[in-house]
Amino acid sequence: MAEKDIALMAHLMRRAGFGATYEELEARAANGYEATVEELLNPEGQPAIQDDILMRYQPQWVSKAGLEGQQEEWTYRMINTKRPLEEKIALFWHHIFCTGHAKCEYPKQQNIELDMFRTLGFGNFEELLMGLSMDPAMVFYLDNCMSHKDAINENWGRELLELFSLGVGMDGEANYSEDDVKEAARAFTGWTVTNSVPRYPYGKYEAAFIYDPSDHDYTDKTFLGETGNFNGEDIVKIVARQPAAARFVARHMYNFFVADEPQVPAWQNTPPRDPEAIKMLEDEYFRSGYDIRSMLRVLFNSDFFKNAQFEKVKSPTETVVGTMRLVGDFDMPRPGLNAMTLTIRYMGQDLLNPPTVEGWHTGREWIDSGTLVERINFTADAVGNTSHRGVQSIINRLGSEGDTISSERLVDGCLQLLGHYQLADVTRNELVALADSEGELRTGTDEFGQRVGQMLQSIVATTEYLFE
Amino acid sequence: MTSTKKDPVLVVLQLSGGNDALNTIVPYGDPLYLDNRPNVRIPVDQVLPINDRIGFNPAMAPVKRLYDDGKVAVIQGVGYPAPSRSHFRSMDIWHTCEPDKVGDEGWLGRAIRDIDPQKENVLTAVNFGRGLPRSLVAPGVPVASVGNLETYGVLTGIEMEEQRTKALDVFSRVYSPMLGQGPVLDYFAQTGLDALEGADILSTAPTMYSSSVEYGNDTVAQYMRNIAQTHLAGFGTRVFYTTAPYNSFDTHAGELANHTRLWTETSHAIADFYDDLKEHNAGDEVVLLVFTEFGRRVHDNGSGTDHGSGGVAFIVGENVNGGLYGEYPSLEENQLLEGDLHFNNDFRGLYSTLLEKWMGLDAQPIVNGSFEQMDFI
Repeated sequence: MAEKDIALMAHLMRRAGFGATYEELEARAANGYEATVEELLNPEGQPAIQDDILMRYQPQWVSKAGLEGQQEEWTYRMINTKRPLEEKIALFWHHIFCTGHAKCEYPKQQNIELDMFRTLGFGNFEELLMGLSMDPAMVFYLDNCMSHKDAINENWGRELLELFSLGVGMDGEANYSEDDVKEAARAFTGWTVTNSVPRYPYGKYEAAFIYDPSDHDYTDKTFLGETGNFNGEDIVKIVARQPAAARFVARHMYNFFVADEPQVPAWQNTPPRDPEAIKMLEDEYFRSGYDIRSMLRVLFNSDFFKNAQFEKVKSPTETVVGTMRLVGDFDMPRPGLNAMTLTIRYMGQDLLNPPTVEGWHTGREWIDSGTLVERINFTADAVGNTSHRGVQSIINRLGSEGDTISSERLVDGCLQLLGHYQLADVTRNELVALADSEGELRTGTDEFGQRVGQMLQSIVATTEYLFE
Repeated sequence: MTSTKKDPVLVVLQLSGGNDALNTIVPYGDPLYLDNRPNVRIPVDQVLPINDRIGFNPAMAPVKRLYDDGKVAVIQGVGYPAPSRSHFRSMDIWHTCEPDKVGDEGWLGRAIRDIDPQKENVLTAVNFGRGLPRSLVAPGVPVASVGNLETYGVLTGIEMEEQRTKALDVFSRVYSPMLGQGPVLDYFAQTGLDALEGADILSTAPTMYSSSVEYGNDTVAQYMRNIAQTHLAGFGTRVFYTTAPYNSFDTHAGELANHTRLWTETSHAIADFYDDLKEHNAGDEVVLLVFTEFGRRVHDNGSGTDHGSGGVAFIVGENVNGGLYGEYPSLEENQLLEGDLHFNNDFRGLYSTLLEKWMGLDAQPIVNGSFEQMDFI
């Protein structure tokens, strides 16, 4: 197996999933790159996590899941899923279609939303926007249940256009006007939710979407240049066929899967980092009839994707989940799951509770002196623990290469088995010198395992390892 | 601005979860208190009276002592218009001073930027706890965040000291060359080196410290001790922050026992901190703000209280003009806001007072407006 194929597979699995062990990368590379892309894009071919078994270990996820319980459950699923792109796509849409736990009457309302992302998230963008418009968590989060035919609340109408489908503008032009916001809001009157009370004595129920025809504004609306007696679904249809919608989806996909883009508010006036890549994705959006899966297929098979290794700063979720998958920890819901999950929050990403409706700023903005220390220490603690299955596997592989290995081979071998990471020459030279200073590396000793662990710790502490 | 020999220091203690104002400063002289709290009530004869209407929770004797010395300002009826009963949203509003839209920049983050615009000191602001509260967050503003002062640092998981020293040495040598390698790498390298420098400096604080004060073992007490240690070490930190963890003040159930324990611990932590600074002749250098995101429902729910509004805050320090500020909100039913206390004191006025009269900063751009200031400084 050519190492270059494994390196490319490592890149694909980091982006389309949460990374993989070297053994998994070898098996997938033997299977072929495009075949792996297809497997990832069609997750139903792989077994789902067995909910009944999971709930036997974690009954509290059913009975009283607050914010932290839901974060644990989702993190556990991301670590253990055999369908990595299914969880990744849910995370992708959660980054964009933010709802906040604080505004959920029923504590597990966002779980229902995530299930929608897992299914509709691969499909037709218009259908996904319809799902979102009828998602009780979103209807409540953006107050559409407070929007009435004689008292419009514009919150949902505005964010649908600004943050969920078009963006404020592109190529220096605005994508919609203030009037369009008002007209969209009028079209969505009557789109509301059932009440999730009573709280006692049986706990709250999930809210359900309902359409209240008596609270809908039936007068004509003019939206993005078209006039008619529009209802919400007409608005979604009109939105989905805008060039701005194609641009919006393409740029978000690029930022999440390929390379860091400027933050969303800058998109009106800042052109894409790679206009040709965005054009390819936009074309596929229209060619496929707004199909997300088709766009992802183009993306993962493109040269611009394959050439974008280490062009993206890992998010806290990618950092924690990727590390756990690499070392093989929390493959069962053992105690300590809560503390492990909370480190994602400490690194700056409180899943299901984003700072604003705009979601998280990504890229370099993940890092400050507090989050950097959390990130380095968490990752270093995990890879330095030589009792972890994944770390042992790295030690055994390197140990099987002879009675001794060189300092250069220790550094390069660790980088390779972590998933073909790359270091600047100056960094690599320092790590080789560090290994030299500790003397000869004799395999098959306890000390060898410790020195591999220490080298892994030094690697994950570098600036290079912040990227994926 | 008050003149002190050293730069003024602000310490913030956040009581997460929504502290029950009615059982903190207890309106024991008001029959409506007794009516509304058939179960979750402080017995009248146990209240530590301030006057014939209100008094401290009996667990707050250490704070009452400081109050009697004139060192505690009790900020009554503090809040903001159209209160949110969501922990997250209400805390966000206190953190960002943005009650109408969701803001992402914290008031102290802005203050720190004013204090140290050139980022000359990596320890201008220090948070004790895991993760940074939004009040301290602003783009480009470095804040050290310390989970455990005794073990704080980079690569703390490397147990053997010699290996760790080598690894840290390599760390600084692989981060330094990234400076100037484009804006992102430059920023990461500087952040990493700042973190390392901050950790190096902070790690010396406990060894320089000795005190006759013995703090409690609870989280708040230990963090208040860490703040005293760090302040007394003289690193130039101007803003300290810590949080009572786990939303512990969210007393929906079993409030009487839990709230008593919480205030026993918190009061001792506050008074120990005060005494500790005084012992080191540093009491006049520091002002402490104690706040929570909201008060709780006037009527109890049988064993606890649900989310409400109209809270109470405290300002503690040698330079504080102790006493009562604002008005105690009325418990008359027609004066309540959906069953909750009405605020009469905007928290942004409280912040403005601290920023201008204590820290010597221009408060208006930090709290997003002009608000009536108080006389506690």
